[in-house]
Parts: sequence; C-alpha cells; structure tokens
Amino acid sequence: MTATTSEATDATEPSYGARNSPKRDRSEVWRRRGPLLPALIFTIIVTQLPFLITLAISLLDWNIQRPPEKSFLGLGNYQAFAGFSNFATVFTDDRLRTAVLNTVILTASVVVVSALLGLAMAVLLDRKFPGRGLARTLLIAPFLVMPVAGALLWKHALYNPDYGLFNGTLNWIWQLFGAEEGPIVDWISSMPMPAVIAALVWQWTPFMMLILLAGLQSQPSDVLEAAKIDRASPVQIFRHITLPHLRRYIELATLLGSVYIVQTFDAIFTITQGGPGSATTNLPYEIYLTMFRKFEYGEAAAAGVVVVLGTIIVATFALRTISSLFNEENA
Amino acid sequence: MSADTAAQPTTPDTEEAGAMAPNAAVRRRRKKGMESEDKAGPLWAIGAWILTLAFFAPVAWMVITSLHIEADAASNPPSVFAPITFENYGDLFDRNVLPYLLNSLIASGVSTLLVLVLAVPAAYALSIRPVEKWTDVMFFFLSTKFLPPIAALLPIYLIVQNTGMLDNIFTLVILYTSMNLPIAVWMMRSFLIEVPVAILESASLDGAGLLRTLISVVAPIAAPGIAATSLICFIFSWNEFMFAVNLTSVDAATSPIFLVGFISSQGLFLAKLCAAATLVSLPVLIAGFAAQDKLVRGLSLGAVK
Repeated sequence: MTATTSEATDATEPSYGARNSPKRDRSEVWRRRGPLLPALIFTIIVTQLPFLITLAISLLDWNIQRPPEKSFLGLGNYQAFAGFSNFATVFTDDRLRTAVLNTVILTASVVVVSALLGLAMAVLLDRKFPGRGLARTLLIAPFLVMPVAGALLWKHALYNPDYGLFNGTLNWIWQLFGAEEGPIVDWISSMPMPAVIAALVWQWTPFMMLILLAGLQSQPSDVLEAAKIDRASPVQIFRHITLPHLRRYIELATLLGSVYIVQTFDAIFTITQGGPGSATTNLPYEIYLTMFRKFEYGEAAAAGVVVVLGTIIVATFALRTISSLFNEENA
Repeated sequence: MSADTAAQPTTPDTEEAGAMAPNAAVRRRRKKGMESEDKAGPLWAIGAWILTLAFFAPVAWMVITSLHIEADAASNPPSVFAPITFENYGDLFDRNVLPYLLNSLIASGVSTLLVLVLAVPAAYALSIRPVEKWTDVMFFFLSTKFLPPIAALLPIYLIVQNTGMLDNIFTLVILYTSMNLPIAVWMMRSFLIEVPVAILESASLDGAGLLRTLISVVAPIAAPGIAATSLICFIFSWNEFMFAVNLTSVDAATSPIFLVGFISSQGLFLAKLCAAATLVSLPVLIAGFAAQDKLVRGLSLGAVK
C-alpha cells in the first residue's frame, strides 16, 4: 500500500507554512510530528503488538489443559515449540476447513445480496417522492439496532416456529383462505445458513445503500441532463452513465462490507451457536470455540493468522479503491 | 437536484431571440420533461415505500411486541393491535438493567472522549500542518481497521488476565478507543481540510500555540465534524459485543451482555426480550438519526462525502 500512496505525498505538498527554508529545521519537523505521536504510538501498541503475539503463539503447542512446560513471556505456560504444525491442522482439520468454507459462503452471500438490495434502494431513494427523508431514516434503522439485539430479534421474534412473525403471518394468510392452520416451518433448524444470511443481509443492506446513494448523488448533473436532452432512455442512462460512475462506490461498499462481514461473530453466537453441528460455524466463531472450549491456544492463534492473511488480500483491494478516491480528492 | 440548476443551461438560449427561438422552445419543452423525471411517479413512490416498510417491519415488530403482555406477544396468528402496556420496561429495571446501561455509557462515552483527544491533534498533523509522508500514516491507521479483532483476542485476553484487568470497564475503554481511532482520524481529517487556511495563518501570526489554535480556532469551525465523529464512535462502541462477552463477566458487563444473559430464563419471555432489545438500541438509534447526514462519511472512513 506504500507503493500506491507515495506518489500522492509528492503531489500534495503541504499547502501552508511549508516553505520557510529549503532545509526545514529539526524543531519544525518535530513540532509537526508532536500532535500526531500520541495517536500513532497508542495505535501501534494496542493494534500491532497483539498480532505479533498471535503470530508467536501460532508456532507453539499450547493447550492449557495439559501440564505446563515453559513460560511464554510470563503470560502463560505452553508445552513445546510446534513449528508450522498448527497451520497444517488449520488446513486439514475438518472443523476448521468447514469454518473456512462457511466464512466464504456467508461473507460472499451477504455481501452480494445486500449490495444488490442496497443498490435497488439507493436508486429508489435517488428520486424525489413524498416522505423520502423519512424513508431514508427508517431504512438506516436495521444497521443501527444493536447487532446482538437484531440477532435475538430474528431468532425469537421472527424465526420461532410457534410464535415467530414469519410463521404467524403464514398462519394468518392460510386462515384467511379458510385453512385450519398454516405450515409450521422451523426456519433455523431446516435452513440454518440462509437464516443467518437473511438476518445479516437485513443488517448490512443500509450500509450498502448509504454508500451507493452517496455515489448516485455525486453524479455530475450536467452529464445526466445532456444524456436526457439526447433522448437517452432511463435504462441507457443507468447502464452507460450511472453504473460506470458508480463502479468505485460499488467496489468500496462491497470491499469494506466484506472486511466487516468476515468478522461476523454476534449473529453466529446468538442465532445458531455455529450449529447444527458446525453447519454455520465461521472462522471467528471457530477461533472462539478453539480458544475457550478446546483451550487449544496454538491452533486458535494459527487460525487467527489465517483470517488476517485472508483479510489482507481483500483489504489490499479496498485500500486501492479508497486511495484512488482519496488521491482524486487531494489532487 | 434543484430546479435552478436545471434551468441554467436554457437561459442563454431564451435570451437570444430570433433565429434561435424554435430551438429554445424545443429545449424548454424538454426541460419540463426532465423535471418530471427527477420527481418519482406514484408507482415509484409506492415501490420505494413498500420496500422501506418491509425493511423496517422487524424494528416496528420489536417495538410493538415490547408493548404487549407476554400472552399477546406469543399469540399465533400475531395480534398486532393487542392492548398496550409498559410493564415490560418496568420489569427490565427490576431485573437490574441499569448497571449494564451505565457500563455501556462509560465504555462508549470515555472511549469516545479519548478518541477525540487523540484524533483531533493527529488529524491536524495530517491536514493543516502535515508531517512528511502523511498519506502513509493515514493508510497505516486505515489498515489497522482492517485487521480482524478476533485474531487479537487471545493475546489481549492473556495480557488482560495477567494484569488483573479482566471484568474491568477500563479494558473496554482502551480497546474501543483503538477500534475507533482510525475512523476518527480519517473523518476528522476530512473535516479539517475544509478549515480555511487564512484563518489559521492569522492565528499563527497572532502567536497562538498549537493548543490555543486547536481549541479556539479549529474546534469551533470543525464542531459539526467533531460532533458527527463522536456520534459514530459512540455507536460502534455501544454496539460492540465480541470483546465485551469475552473480557467481562459481572462488574463491567455492558448492555449486549445483559441481552444475551436474558435468554436463559424459562417460560414466556418474548415481550420482555423485545423491550430489552428496544431499550438498549434506543441510544444508538437516536445518535444515528442525529448523525445520519454524516453517517456515510464515517462508514466509508471518510472516503465518501
């Protein structure tokens, strides 16, 4: 990421107070750095240090239920140096392989569906209609409701087979047509993964909608007007003007969304506890189980490193998109 | 897009009478068509509202259920218009929800303050008087936001355990500060570059130091930005669950922990659960609606305005 951004440093020379002398004196350099340092040092300590420790633990054979052998930095006692065997376990162990697969399925489905729904809503909200402001406010609500509260709401108030809103509504419609009773669907047991995905799509669609709506509203109006004067149909305008303009916003929304949705823990913990079996266990939840149920610290750390590496791949693309938006603005 | 901007391109034409007149007339007619296109037709409005209400329905259902007695809440088919009661909310306070709310308030409030104290000077050093290689620093902050917190949980748990900081609200304050600092730095920078340079130059000519400049010149101008940034940091820390559930138990447990602990109780609990979910979500809903114009800037880490 350094490579993509270093050019921008030259392009945007500090605009104010920069050219006192060709050779800036030391005290001025440090006077500039001063306000930055507390935040920078705090961030390095709190975010980078734990990852270095995770990296170290991933190379250890460490289960707190077995007899302790050697001390690790005074933080606990491990059994032995393990090399890369924890990583071998991560990629061969059935549970962890399932978790990797589930993470990919969960993240991809939620991102794609919520981005499409978000796009549809953004397009709808881009035009004036009565109560548009109120509609936008109401649409943001699912993203603001505490994720644990939202997950509990879906699990108990919507999915519950006996009194949940979904079966209740089916029952009501069936009775409306004279049937004795509607179908009783046990949503979470019969389709655990779609159930989790639906709840997460509900939570993340407003996020996508907000970013895409900002993209739609940043369209240069003269181009749109010119297209309308040239009698371009709304579909043509959307296909040839709006979509290309929106491309980077779609990238940004899906990449940022992926980075956040890979980390999903609340919904799994609350709705399915990773079950039935390990049908909905994603990597964060599996790491949690490995840590606090199996007490395999080395394996948990190795799985953590794998998540970080996977995230870095997605994040690199995200950073590239952000830096192109960023450089354009600072050009 | 307003009618003024739509009218602009046609004004020169209408002023030029004579030979240009037919052309101008055609344009004027098209302009009318354009305006009606910007406004949505009734079908469009109905479609938008149906989708909106469908999305909002679970939230509405949560609030409605929280106002019913348990028997009505668990009825099938659902009884939407059952009599309203507030007893579920009263019940929450009997179950001692207050300490949890207070812990959430301390964790979110103190961490937000700490974030501002660190982020505003940092954003100043990344925009108004930039350090060398400031873009690299910006992207370093951003990249920390992309690291999944679950991968840091084990070392953090071990450190916190060994320093006797388990179940201590201060632990959450530190973690939430680091979680929100990159967002705040990016957001605050996007607000600070909008501060006019001339004002800052005159402040520095008057001999104002960094602290004076920040407090009496930058802060008042950037106040709306600071407010939006605080609201967004508050939202994210209030809603945080993963660290809270693994690092606290009794004394420092926050509101999501109250919600999760709620389920173990036997018998009918749906109405009380909905009341609890509504109550703990309320501060964030209010904060979010207050900050909704700036929300997208926070969510996109300042990349989108």
